[in-house]
Amino acid sequence: MADPVGYRRAKPGTQPSYSHPPYQSSIKRAPTKPLIFLPHTLSEITGPIYGHDRVIPSDSDLTKQHRDEPIGERISVSGRVLDEDGRPVPRTLVEVWQANAAGRYNHEVDRHDAPLDPNFTGAGRAITDEVGRYRFLTIKPGAYPWRNHYNAWRARHIHFSLFGPSFLTRLVTQMYFEGDPLLPMDPIFASVPDTGARDRMISSFDLETTIPEFALSYRFDIVLRGRAATPMES
Amino acid sequence: MALIPTPSQTVGPFLHIGLAWLTTTELATDASAGERIVVAGSVLDGDGKPIPDALLELWQANAHGKYAHPEDAQDKPIDPGFTGFGRIPTDKDGHFRFVTIRPGATPGPGGTRQAPHIVVAVFMRGMLRHLYTRMYFSDEAANAADPILGRIRESARRDTLIAKRAADAAEYRWDIIMQGENETVFFDC
Repeated sequence: MADPVGYRRAKPGTQPSYSHPPYQSSIKRAPTKPLIFLPHTLSEITGPIYGHDRVIPSDSDLTKQHRDEPIGERISVSGRVLDEDGRPVPRTLVEVWQANAAGRYNHEVDRHDAPLDPNFTGAGRAITDEVGRYRFLTIKPGAYPWRNHYNAWRARHIHFSLFGPSFLTRLVTQMYFEGDPLLPMDPIFASVPDTGARDRMISSFDLETTIPEFALSYRFDIVLRGRAATPMES
Repeated sequence: MALIPTPSQTVGPFLHIGLAWLTTTELATDASAGERIVVAGSVLDGDGKPIPDALLELWQANAHGKYAHPEDAQDKPIDPGFTGFGRIPTDKDGHFRFVTIRPGATPGPGGTRQAPHIVVAVFMRGMLRHLYTRMYFSDEAANAADPILGRIRESARRDTLIAKRAADAAEYRWDIIMQGENETVFFDC
């Protein structure tokens, strides 16, 4: 069997380092020995094609998962999932989770003194369509304090998890909001040295997809790793 | 024009809200071909403390060494009872446990053959970008010729990828150690 065509490797600065001391939790959890170079084998270029049968359309509307509507500013978040060559990634699973409008997660570990919302779980999922599009309806998440350093606050964000066509295209990231004053001082956001790459994580207000008299819209396109041009050397 | 890929960010401490629905600790069904095995272990930080907010994702071939994916062109049977994907969050004590079938051997680079293994992606609070590692099996002669294990020069480091089989049961022990003397090998891929 010929060696499979691998995936492109990240250019320097376009991904965060494992150890990023301004984010204190990374210090004891980042590997200290060099990573071993791995040629992409059949084990990596394949991956789960999963979840399709278990995702239903209402999973992408986080405002309709309880008896009443959640408190907060209703927003639409939509975009396309693409590869590095701009080709759409169709029929792939997108999972999201987030805090409520008060900046509180529906999770036992979250001790922030802000109200839970009985009408908001904060979890959603969608499958991209034939041209890589997805859409969620949700409420705008609140900012919240954390104990990383004195007076630390996380910028408003929505967690995104994607699979793509292989185990190498797996991505967990966070979507931020254009103009958030907390962004420059958020060490998680700032962990990506390359500004062009960092800006990829910022969604933009989009009047075109805004739903009149209902919800403002934010656009967030996600770019997964692309295929290498030639088979990886072994 | 090439687009810059979206950078990775941590799953954070509240990962379960969005990811728990797809938790899969039993990869095999009664209909899956192959030897049914149990794998258990802990995820430990640089102080040797258990990590209660980690998540492992697994990807493996079936007992015949075939991946349930369109790019696996090998003439081997697909197992309808086996997808090869697992998702396992660690518990409050940093432990994980999963049930699967022992995978078959798969093709490696340059016409080599890879010993049976499971590809593992590791996510956790405090980790800005997920890590890849692999789990191999202690009772497997093919490990000696595995092209990926062969890239790891020190045998002590190689051993961090090898799950130890119990003497009296189809149970393996494998820990993921983030730092220190017994730091697990992670891959640049």
